[in-house]
Parts: sequence; structure tokens; C-alpha cells
Amino acid sequence: MSVEIDVRNDRVYTKTHEWVLVEGDIASVGISDYAQKELGDLVYAEAEPVGSELSKGDVIASVESVKMAEDVYSPVSGEIVEANESIEDAPDQLNSAPYDTWIAKVKLSDPSELDELLKPDDYRKLCEEAQ
Amino acid sequence: MISYKTDLIFDLPQTGGNRTYFDHERLSSNIEGWYDKALLREEKLDFPDLSEIQVVRHYTNLSTKNFGVENGPYPLGSCTMKYNPKVNEDIVANPAFARLHPLQPDETVQGTLKMLHLHEQQLCAITGMDAFTFQPAAGAHGELTGVMLIAAYHRDRHDDKRQVMLVPDSAHGTNPASAAMAGFVVREVKSTAAGTVDMEDLKSKLGDDVAGMMLTNPNTMGRFETDIKEICDLVHEAGGLMYYDGANFNAILLHVRPGDMGFDCVHLNVHKTFSTPHGGGGPGAGPVGCKDFLACYLPKPVLQEKDGVYSWDYDRPKSIGRMRSYNGSTAVLLRSCAYILAMGAEGLYDASEAAVANANYIFTKVKDHFDHPEGKPMHEFIIAGTRQKDEYGVSTLDMAKGLIENGVHPPTVYFPLIVHEAMMVEPTDTETREGLDQLVEAFINVAEEAKENPEKLLEAPHNTPVRRPDEVKAAKELDLKA
Amino acid sequence: MSNYVPIAAEERHAMLREVGIDPASLFSHIPEELWLKRQKLDHLAEKGLSEQALLKLFDEAARQNKNLDDYDSYLGAGFYDHVVPAAVHHLINREEFLTSYTPYQQEISQGTLQATFEWQSFICRLSGMDVANASMYDGASACAETALMAIREKRKSNKVWLSAGLNPEYIECVKTYFISHGFEYEIGELNEHGTSAGCYPKEGGYAAFIIQSPNFYGVVENLDELSKAAHDADALACAAMDPVAMGIFKTPGKAGLDVVFGEAQPLGASLNYGGPALGYMCCTNKLVRKMPGRICGRTVDRDGETSYVLTLQAREQHIRREKATSNICTAQALLATAAAIHMALLGRQGLTEAAWQSADKARYLHDELLKTGLFEEVYDAPYFREFALKAKDGLDLRALNKKLLDRKILGGVVLENNVWLLATTEKKDKAHLDRFVASVKELAGKEEK
Repeated sequence: MSVEIDVRNDRVYTKTHEWVLVEGDIASVGISDYAQKELGDLVYAEAEPVGSELSKGDVIASVESVKMAEDVYSPVSGEIVEANESIEDAPDQLNSAPYDTWIAKVKLSDPSELDELLKPDDYRKLCEEAQ
Repeated sequence: MISYKTDLIFDLPQTGGNRTYFDHERLSSNIEGWYDKALLREEKLDFPDLSEIQVVRHYTNLSTKNFGVENGPYPLGSCTMKYNPKVNEDIVANPAFARLHPLQPDETVQGTLKMLHLHEQQLCAITGMDAFTFQPAAGAHGELTGVMLIAAYHRDRHDDKRQVMLVPDSAHGTNPASAAMAGFVVREVKSTAAGTVDMEDLKSKLGDDVAGMMLTNPNTMGRFETDIKEICDLVHEAGGLMYYDGANFNAILLHVRPGDMGFDCVHLNVHKTFSTPHGGGGPGAGPVGCKDFLACYLPKPVLQEKDGVYSWDYDRPKSIGRMRSYNGSTAVLLRSCAYILAMGAEGLYDASEAAVANANYIFTKVKDHFDHPEGKPMHEFIIAGTRQKDEYGVSTLDMAKGLIENGVHPPTVYFPLIVHEAMMVEPTDTETREGLDQLVEAFINVAEEAKENPEKLLEAPHNTPVRRPDEVKAAKELDLKA
Repeated sequence: MSNYVPIAAEERHAMLREVGIDPASLFSHIPEELWLKRQKLDHLAEKGLSEQALLKLFDEAARQNKNLDDYDSYLGAGFYDHVVPAAVHHLINREEFLTSYTPYQQEISQGTLQATFEWQSFICRLSGMDVANASMYDGASACAETALMAIREKRKSNKVWLSAGLNPEYIECVKTYFISHGFEYEIGELNEHGTSAGCYPKEGGYAAFIIQSPNFYGVVENLDELSKAAHDADALACAAMDPVAMGIFKTPGKAGLDVVFGEAQPLGASLNYGGPALGYMCCTNKLVRKMPGRICGRTVDRDGETSYVLTLQAREQHIRREKATSNICTAQALLATAAAIHMALLGRQGLTEAAWQSADKARYLHDELLKTGLFEEVYDAPYFREFALKAKDGLDLRALNKKLLDRKILGGVVLENNVWLLATTEKKDKAHLDRFVASVKELAGKEEK
């Protein structure tokens, strides 16, 4: 059965289903619609603490559904400057509005990394293949 | 079954009818006043105040909401839910065994030590190992102990680069978790379509950083790894050791032994293979055996015998130390010792044959109704609910709940992870002919129902003490105590 | 037909043929070189025993044991001989509790699940802590798990501080669990009164301070001091607490501790030569996701009825694999059920009276033994049901214990430096204690020359 997957054109993506939205040198990171559908109802989410220095691919957050626990990997390198604490109490936002719910904001240390991320069309293709 | 209403014990009417369980006698004056007030409890201890009959009824009624091995077929794959002989309960209830303090002098517990020593010899004979420790309190604890022995071996040889534990992708989650807990990095080895170790992938994962490999045989797909000799040789040639996870040992008792396959250490789940009760989630025991060259690393103390006198040896300089307090779950191990004595070599051999025969019997009768991996099952088999899921929207979970309504315990579901919508069925050696046929009928019933009346399965179960609980609510709105 | 296998081989083979399987083919795929040559087995009789013969064999072994129904015991050091109501044993031997598996199929496991929820509730009420798990293997492994949990929480530190008042077996267990990780531990001193007060490190860098109360020498620790010292050093305040003592002493919850664990054998479990034991663990709400082990939660079913489930499973090994909080799966459900029943039967009165009497009798015994002139105090601080005495004038405690054994007395645990660790519970009465003291006096006198 194929389910409709929402992919927004305003941002870039990773192969592990994170999204990145950049404003200036700050990158907001979240999980994609595909990711939240795969996980199912989220019951817990927690970002790494503000001030953490991340390399691209480090764990930036963890999310849990009843039967799954996944790490969210940072698509970029840099310092976490803001963590969305509201997801700890209301993780269902990540299900209902994955693209309006950022998990953490990272101050980019190497903006060139953004070029390696997937453009919306490529990510759309990836999701279709995964299905 | 009548479903009794069972409020929490804290919500029963407080009658203040506590029975007196011991004599009230005070010998020194005003003990309460002896302590500094700052050390004493400030708040009232909020325990219920009930009569004995209230408490006994409460827990008796609660017990009726459980399904036990004595209620009906319990084909929980990988859990080996065999019958727990009653006589073993009588043996361990004997005060001569039950009322022993762990720090009594060895000379006052010779009877217990003698039986534990015999049990060690039994387990060595059955596994082909040279020594055992009884400290591990459960299977996972045994795994941790076993991989710690492997770590100690490499450390002792100053072979410090060996930080990787190989684990098949089909392995139970405890294997990687135990390896990680012992400080290893986990490297997954792929399985073939038939569910056995992919030899090419294994070769590509070997190297001088490999400490060892953890393997179940028959594996979690219920398949015997026929290449086991070669697997062991490859890992040994690379300098690693082989760890045998005894989860599926019931399939091969006295047919083949881990020691003869090439394994260096093993853990057994006596609550699976040797019939000790599961207790709703423990206590079990996970004794660990090893070959001679690893015995010096076993947790201390180690049981020894000299001229018919038994004692604990603490002088073990290379021992990894201690996995728990005292000397192991003795009362559990006396039960498994009694079971092996009652079965004899002949009986154990027969039990494995029965376990494998029973699984094959059911599998042959139900396999056309489900998708299933290719290959020959041993003591357990896997069927998949993929067809039902794709065609009728009925998941394996729904079918499991439907099985409950057929009077049997569901099999293990969604395991192994590498098979979608998996059901893992292990009828065990103690299932009766009626029980096997009841299982066959139940599986066929739910397969039919998925086709004819899927809504009913989506709603199942209907007549149990509770219906499907809301797990999302449980995890989101944590309510963990009253 | 072999014992416990209900289908005889002939019938089994007939059943297989009926479905088109050759009985000889069941194991035929196993390489022949691996087949076991049965004659090489030592220590495993070919034939199984009848029930009669089995009972006889174990009866013979039983006669070589000397148990606490016949011997007056002063052994403690972690396992204590409290009164257990007869109903406990009867209830946990109901097959539905005894033979069922971990409650994965919640609809047919509400018995175990609700009993577990009640156990967690009892432990929280006893300790004043926010949450408790479904149980751990025992006190020692719970101590090691606490240390690992603290290091998970305090990511920047891989070191814990352990009080010298911890049961030495707990310390050994931490050491064993730590080896492969390269984590460090430091063992703190006890002060002259036998407590940790004033001995806590002042500097940071520790993930946890872990003490025991009453400690290994029986001395009651001040939990407020632990809490303050640990939190000042940005470490978790953790303690191994005796569950019976918690009925009368300041609760770790009130003192603001972060993790509390211990051995709950004194709550309704038989001694069983030390195992199975019953570890417990509780913590603050903040730490619940870092806690190992199963946790039972309350929710509702489809019809809105109250029901119980295992929750927070995403922390566990079957989902997180190598990233799990621990590899622990099964723990000690049946013993946790026994403990819940035990606490329900005793009630507040019973549990606190057992605690006060244990303390009262320990103090009586302590004072009577001091009066003999054979011993001196090791520590002068208040103790609970156990205390340490140092033998004077070269009195050999091991030799004394041997002589006491002839009088059907199991003397205390002998520690280093000729120190005797003696425990009492509410079970002891004046007659026992007086006889014990008189025996000590008499036999120690003989010992002199």
C-alpha cells in the first residue's frame, strides 16, 4: 500500500530522513513526513542540550514511538544554539506537523556541507523508492 | 472464565484486620528514642491495612487474569514454555534447601553444594564444556558474563585491538546489548534468504579487531547452521572466540553439543531448556560454561570438590570478579538439576526429538495458510502474516489477538526482525497431541478469519479480562505508580 | 515415553508419517561429523529417575544441610531471615503466576502486570521516590547498573565514588561491570563513627556518589548529607537502601536522592542459599528514561477500562539493541509479586513493627555481648538490625563460630581484623539471644587457654 508523502520544496533533506531549513547561518533541523509515518505515534522526543558541538552525522536528538526508538542525526556540523523543549511534552507535534516542528537549531560551522544534502526532488524520489 | 473485578490493593476497604504474623516483644527500652530524629521517617508509611482474606482473594483473583503453561498451549517462540514439573517445586520448598543463608560455612551446606556440583557436571556433559559458573541470574546476564570472559581472554593476552563482537542481523536484541554492555563495538553479519549466516559477508567482517562472535544454533530463524564448523574455524583463524547463545538449545539436546561444534563458551537458559518456571518474567538462571582455557576467568568463587568435600574457591587471580552477590540462583538450579535427573540422557534426547517433531507437525499442517521462509524448521518455525496484511489489512498482531480467542497463547510476534510480520511458533516437547491439534486449528481459524471476517480480528480479543490496552497513552502519559 | 514428554516416540513417528515427514529426516541436515557419540558422557545417567527415586536422592542431600529452622543464625550481610506469612508462598505458587512468561500479551497477563504495578507502588511508598522498575536481579547487580546509569546521565564523567560502607560484593560487582569500559571508581573512607559524613569528595568529576544505608556494618547513614554533598559536586546522589529499614528511617525521596536501589529479599523471599534474590531500583521522574529494566504502566483498554502494560520499552534491548539502557530483560517478577503480597499482608503496622523489633533486638544483643567484656565497639553510631563488634584479647572468632556450630548456632560473619558482623530480626526472642550470649561467654572462655 502506498501512502502519500509530503515533501516541502523550501528545504533540503538527508538520506536518513531529516530536513534542514537555513536562515542566515542558523540551520533548523527536523524529521520528514516520511520519517514520522515510519515511526508511528511518537511518545517521546528529546534534543541534545544547547551548547553541544556536533559534527555532521552526530546524534542531535532521539525520538521514540511505542515500538521504536531512533536517533536523529545532525545533517550539518555546528553548535546547538536552541533546542525545542516543547517536543518533550508534546511529541505528537512531530507527527501532526513535521515540517512546522523543528527539533534543534544549529549554528553552521561549515555551510558548504549544505551542498551535499538532497534537493526536494531527489528526496521525493528516495521516498518513492523506499516505499 | 469469570473475570473478577480487581481494584488496586490500595483501593480495597481498609479493615484494619491485619493478622499478627510474629510475636511482639521489645527487649531494650525505647528503641524509637534512640535515634536522632533527623534520621527517622517523617511521613506516614502509606500501606494498606487489610485482613488476610482480602489480600489472599485479591491476589488469587489477579492470578486468574494470567494465562499459564497449565492453562493451554503456549507456543511462544524462542521462549521454550515447557511444562514445569511439580515435584521440583516440592524439592526446593524443603526447608533443608530453602532455609539456608548464603554465608553459612561450606560444611553446613554440603547437600546443596553436592547437587550444584552434580549439576555442573551434568551441564558440562550436555554442552561439551569443561566448567560452569552459576552466578548469572538470567539469560541476558549469562550473555554478559560470557562475552566478559572473551574480553578477559584478549586482555590477558594484551591483544587490545580486539574491540569488535560479531552478531548476526537475525540475533535477539540482547546479543548486541550484552556485547555493548561489555564494552564491545557491535558489527552485524548479514543473513542469507534462508536465514543462516552469510558466509561471504562473515569473511568480509573478520579481521584482527574481532574479539569473537555470538551465535545461536539453531539460529533465531529456527534453522541449524550447517556451516557451523566452518564458521567457528573462520572466527578462530581470525583470532576470535565463539560464543553460544543457548536460547534454542532445546532443539539439539544430546544430538549435538556446542563444544563439539567449536564454541568456546555458552550460556544456557535453565528456565527454557530445563523446565524451571518463568514466573511471569523471572527468576530464571543463565549458567555459563566454557572450555578449559577460559575457566580461569570465570566469576569467583568457583565450586570445587576434593575427596567428596565441597567448597567455594575464592583464590582465582584471573577471574573477571563478580556478576552478582553470593553464588547464584540456587533454588532455580536445584530445579534444573532435578529435571535433568528425571529425564536422563535418554529422556533429554527424546525431548529434543519431540520438540522438533511437534514443530514440524504443526508447520506442515499450517504452512499453506501463511507465507513462510524456505528451509527446514527445527524446534520452532516461522510463518509470516504478510499475505493477510497486504490482502485483508489484518496484521500479525491482530492474528495473535485472534489466537487468544481460540484458547491458546499467541506465538512470539514480530521476531526475528528480518522477517516482516513474523510469528515464531515453538510448541515444545511437552505439548500434548490434543494441544498440537488445537494449535493447528487455531492458526487455520485465524487465517480463515483474516479472509472472511477481518473486522473481527481487528477488534480481537473480546472476552479477555481487558481488551487491547492503549500503549501510546501508557508511554505518553506515564502513570507508573499508585 | 520419557518423563514429562507426553507423546511416545512410536506415536510421534506415526504422526510425522501422517503428514508426510520421515521421522529419520528431522535431524538429517546436521553434518554427521557433529553427531554426539553418546557413550562418551560422564556424569549423566542414561535413564531418568522416577519421582520416588528423585525425591529420595534430594532427601539424602537435604540431610547433609543444616538449615535455619534447626540452627539459631546471626548471619546477615545482605540477606535477612524475617518472618514471611504463609500465604505468600501459597499465592506465588499459583500456576498462573508461576508458569507464565513475561507479560507481552497484555490481555492475558493482567495478573502479573497489576501485581507488578502494585509492587512498583509499594516500593515508591516505602522509598518516597517517584518511580520504581519491575525489579533487578539482585542488590549487587543493581548497584553496578546504578553506576552505569549515572555515567549515562552525567555524560562528561566516567567515574563514580563508592562508599566503603557498601557491601563489598556490590563493590566487586561494579568493578566487574566497569572493567571493559575503562570507567573508574574510587572507594571513600568511613569516618570514626562508621558513616560517610565528612568523607564525600568536594571536587566535581564524579557521575555519582553511591552509599549504603544501613551500611554494611549496620550503621544508619544521614541521607541529607549525601544529597547535599553529591549535588554540590554535580553528581547523582545514590544509595543502596534496606527495604525494611525504609519503613522507619528517613526516606531517600524526602532527602532528595536521585537513584535508590537494593536487595529486597527481606520482603517475603526465602533465603534459598542466596538466590534467587530480588533487586529493586527507583529514581526521580527526571531519570526514568535512563533507568534500566522493565517498567509497568497504567492505561486504559479499547473500552476505557483500566489496564496495565509494560511501557517505555523503547529503552530496552529488544528495540534499541546495542544502544539500550541495559541488556536486562527478565528480572524477578515472581519475587516482586511475593514482595507485594508480603507488604500487603504485613501492612504498615506489621512492616514497621518488624523493623523496630529488629532494631530493638539488635541493640539488646549488642549491649549484652559488650557486657561479656570479650568485645569492643567498632563504631559508636546508631545501627539498625546489624552491628559490628571487634573481638578483644586475641579471641579467635572463626574458632568460636566452629564451637557455636556444635551447639546449633550459626555465629555472625567474620570480617577482617577479627570483627564480627551480627544480625537479628523480629524472629529472635529473648531466650534465643540470652542462650547465644551465654554460649559465647562460655566457649570464648574455653578458647583462652
